[in-house]
Amino acid sequence: MALRTRRIRKLFIYVPVAFFCFFSASPFIVMIINTFKQDADLYRPKNNPFIYNIPPTLEHLELLFLRTNYPLFLKNSLLVGVTVVIITLAISIPAAYSLARLTGRWGERSGILLFLVYLVPPTLLFIPLFRIVARLGLVNSVWSLVVVYPTISIPFSIWLLMGFFKSIPLDLEEAAMVDGYSRLAAFLKVVLPLTGPGIIAVVVVTFTLTLHEFIYALTFISDSTQRTISVGVPNELVLGDVFFWQSLLAAAVIVAVPVSVVYNLFLDRLVAGFTMGAVKG
Amino acid sequence: MQEIAAIAAPIKIRSRRLEDRAGWLGTLFLLPAVVYILALVGVPFVIAIAFSVTDVTVGDTSLDFVGLDNFRRIMNVDTMPQFRRALQNSFLFTLVAQILILVGANILALILSQDFRGKWLARMLIMMPWATPASLGVIGWKWLLDSKFAPIDWVLVQLGLLGPDTLLGPGSHMNFLGREGLAMASVIMVQVWRLMPLAAVILLAGFSSIDQELLDQAEVDGASFWRIHFRIRLPLILPIMSIALLFSLISIFGDIVVVFGLTTGGPVYYTHVLPTWAYVLGIQAGALSQGAATALFLFPVLLAVAILVLRNARRTEVT
Repeated sequence: MALRTRRIRKLFIYVPVAFFCFFSASPFIVMIINTFKQDADLYRPKNNPFIYNIPPTLEHLELLFLRTNYPLFLKNSLLVGVTVVIITLAISIPAAYSLARLTGRWGERSGILLFLVYLVPPTLLFIPLFRIVARLGLVNSVWSLVVVYPTISIPFSIWLLMGFFKSIPLDLEEAAMVDGYSRLAAFLKVVLPLTGPGIIAVVVVTFTLTLHEFIYALTFISDSTQRTISVGVPNELVLGDVFFWQSLLAAAVIVAVPVSVVYNLFLDRLVAGFTMGAVKG
Repeated sequence: MQEIAAIAAPIKIRSRRLEDRAGWLGTLFLLPAVVYILALVGVPFVIAIAFSVTDVTVGDTSLDFVGLDNFRRIMNVDTMPQFRRALQNSFLFTLVAQILILVGANILALILSQDFRGKWLARMLIMMPWATPASLGVIGWKWLLDSKFAPIDWVLVQLGLLGPDTLLGPGSHMNFLGREGLAMASVIMVQVWRLMPLAAVILLAGFSSIDQELLDQAEVDGASFWRIHFRIRLPLILPIMSIALLFSLISIFGDIVVVFGLTTGGPVYYTHVLPTWAYVLGIQAGALSQGAATALFLFPVLLAVAILVLRNARRTEVT
């Protein structure tokens, strides 16, 4: 009896799990399969799309890396990502510490306000920002993204780091200050080294945010050589009027899989950041 | 609550010695963030409102006040039926996708809160759509739903559901993205695909914060699984659920990637949503003022969500 209910219970878990996994992974499965498919195989509707009817090939990866701007997209994304991470850290670490420790009740309120900024969708702001970017002379340059992306990453990073600073016991700083450290030195030498995991989470989240962002990159940049992955791949990997499907799908999966693996490692930290507002004010 | 006390108390003790320096340092630390956000979120927001009541275009950047002309023009159904359609779609897509996400995320979170073999792999696969840049994930769907080569069509034909003398009609292609209803359904499905994982993981965090003894006690008392779920679990995680709701709501309502990548608003203009239509008007056609006016229709929903968050925050502050 017990054995039977256990089996039924397992069935209730594995059947829906299999369904959800398949639903989630199916676009990635076709991406990986199609990357290596020959044209003669892919473009015959009668062929089974999930197997190689003709031996696989590497020619589409060659095309992607040697004859398109894809390597440039990767380089641009990396450049934007790294610079935005640095700006975000430089601005949000002190701000989060200030809100968590130095500004008391006023800080709590500002924290909530910053959280609201995170909820303003870029699709509401892209048109006026396009004008601002034009005024700064940054249209068609990756640097326009470097200037604008921190508006997305800073609010969330502050929110995340505030939680970290609050979880560090106050005694540590007080002990340091009793030992003759100034408030600033106590922050730099005692608190900051303990925030390592939080800072790593901010780095990962910020970097992936810059990879995800679409509407600003689409609006500010129309020069193919300045584009980043998220806009460059879907908009530019079409040579002439022809979709090079295998290269296109390969370009997507090459970025998608590593990003999601890394993102997953920080998932719990991220969810803690998301839900903090609900659990405590 | 504990935390608020923990912050407040020590500040009082130290205020004699550090009041000035802490306040000064606090302001100095916070200032760059505040200036940055004001300059690049606050200012553009004001500009968006200013644009919507002027005649600014990409070519003619002088701001001449025209009152509500832009709103009248974009809302004119005879000359521009696209706006009304985009507005309807924005609400429809968000509502339907949101319901599906909540139901799916509940089921997913319940499953993932159990222990089973291969759980980490399942979790990773399920989270992939959310971790992937949406514009890249959509490319996969564009192929899956392609008008000529869709692997889904092939499966349907093999199952005997598509083709001559079958349930889904005589052709051998569904043409998912080329037919009004199917294209709309495709957009909704991709939104669910993309955002359900996040909602599920947030709910999962909620479920695992519930005291297990409470659930065991209810089970001992003879409560059925569903009764426990709807009467105990769900009410307890309501605050966390509202956060999950909020994030997916904002993400769908403000999203441009899925429609842009999947259908570019087509067939005809039937799948346009407010952000894509604002892009077409404001950037592609160069009518910045009309684009800004269109995008501003996102604001009421945003405001409602903001009020929700603030009320939530205040409630937890009081308790």
